[in-house]
Amino acid sequence: MIESIDHNSSQLNQDGQLKHFLTTQDLPINILNEILDTADSFLDMSSQQVKKVPLLRGKTIVNLFFEPSTRTSSTFELAAKRLSADVLNLNISTSSASKGESLKDTLMTLEAMHADMFIVRHPDSGAAHFIANQVTPNIAVINAGDGRHAHPTQAMLDMLTIRRCKGQFEGLVIAIVGDILHSRVARSKIHALRTLGVAEIRVIAPKTLLPKDIEMMGVKVYTDFNQGIKDCDVVSMLRLQKERMNSALLPSEAEFFNLYGLNSERLKLAKPDAIVMHPGPINRGVEIESAVADGPQSTILQQVTNGIAVRMAVMSMAISGQLTSRISGS
Amino acid sequence: MSPTHHNVDFLLMQMTESLRKLISEKNLQDPLFIGIRSGGIWIAEQLHNNLAISEPLGTLDISFYRDDFTRIGLDPKVQPSKLPSSTQDRHIILIDDVIKSGRTIRAALNELFDYGRPASVSLVALIDLGCRELPISADIIGSNLNLAPDQHIKLIGPEPLSLEISLR
Repeated sequence: MIESIDHNSSQLNQDGQLKHFLTTQDLPINILNEILDTADSFLDMSSQQVKKVPLLRGKTIVNLFFEPSTRTSSTFELAAKRLSADVLNLNISTSSASKGESLKDTLMTLEAMHADMFIVRHPDSGAAHFIANQVTPNIAVINAGDGRHAHPTQAMLDMLTIRRCKGQFEGLVIAIVGDILHSRVARSKIHALRTLGVAEIRVIAPKTLLPKDIEMMGVKVYTDFNQGIKDCDVVSMLRLQKERMNSALLPSEAEFFNLYGLNSERLKLAKPDAIVMHPGPINRGVEIESAVADGPQSTILQQVTNGIAVRMAVMSMAISGQLTSRISGS
Repeated sequence: MSPTHHNVDFLLMQMTESLRKLISEKNLQDPLFIGIRSGGIWIAEQLHNNLAISEPLGTLDISFYRDDFTRIGLDPKVQPSKLPSSTQDRHIILIDDVIKSGRTIRAALNELFDYGRPASVSLVALIDLGCRELPISADIIGSNLNLAPDQHIKLIGPEPLSLEISLR
């Protein structure tokens, strides 16, 4: 059902500017570049004594989390605070939903509190689109991960990390390794990488952790890590999503590490200046060896820093896009 | 009517001399030159060169500090501000191309203070169009101009610099 949605009618305004950020799928390259450029400007803010800008002063941003998350919700919170917005953190799994309040009632209640933006994390694919179509105009919705569908801010922070490390996307060979089947991050990254024009996208995983139609996304599929990693510029590891595994897809974690874990030996097969990415939290010794995670080629902590900047960028762009006209020329 | 172009070299020469005098009269030790994107940076580069200041020029992009964000949104061409790690206790020479309402300067001052508490800020602008909406005045002005309501002024640059006056 998600595949048939016209994404851009949901997330761009009539002038083609971002008003919700729900998926990287079908977003034009100029919007992706605008997100990266704006995020770059926010990254440079770290030299300020007061690490904060007044851009969203007086705006209320609601972190609406229907599924547990520490890292994503805290970086969204920090991003909102660095833009001077007021932030409300709602963990719905432990609040009104358990008292029987419907999603629509929850949204209407929050709208009555004059929220300007919802950051939505939900276990069901398509939840962010649903909420974006439900809310009254002028409220922006940012998808912070919905089911197996999309996690666009995580994808864009990875794009920012790649651009800052490699300078451009043209000519790059990127490998995405691990649990592709359950990964909304992998899907969002593949869409963004294709739009940004990398040379080759590879996915590396055991057959049981690959969605059956993955080739349709324009990627090369490898089940052998040693073959797939050869001459890559970027090795992007995924977390083994134990909480989403409800059937015996893997023999054991130790065997997974043997076949699909990234260790120093395997990393030597990639280009010498290859970078290693991981969205966190890391399962050390399951999908990545500690020496690699903490090594010189790892960008794991840069990704966290970049994540705040990217979230600041999409938040300010989406609130901006909810307004009708923009600065022209000057 | 086609736009008219005006050379600014003479104004820049005069401004250089006024600035030299201001720095010595006020005893501004180690002044830090900061231009406001984008026209202000071009003017600042010239003055910075003419006075042979060795410390690199700082640049400000005030997009994140504008007071009209809720009306017109974010400038998609925003670029990073580049300032030294601290402006604490520095004498700042803040430079813009055209000053009118004073709102850009208000935003620039707010941003500057997020980098530290400067010892002083002096304001330099190539053109003052009047029409102030805030209590802000420049220390050095290249020229005062009164434009008709349908006239528009724009600094063309960076090389060569010229002022373009056109009808909207």
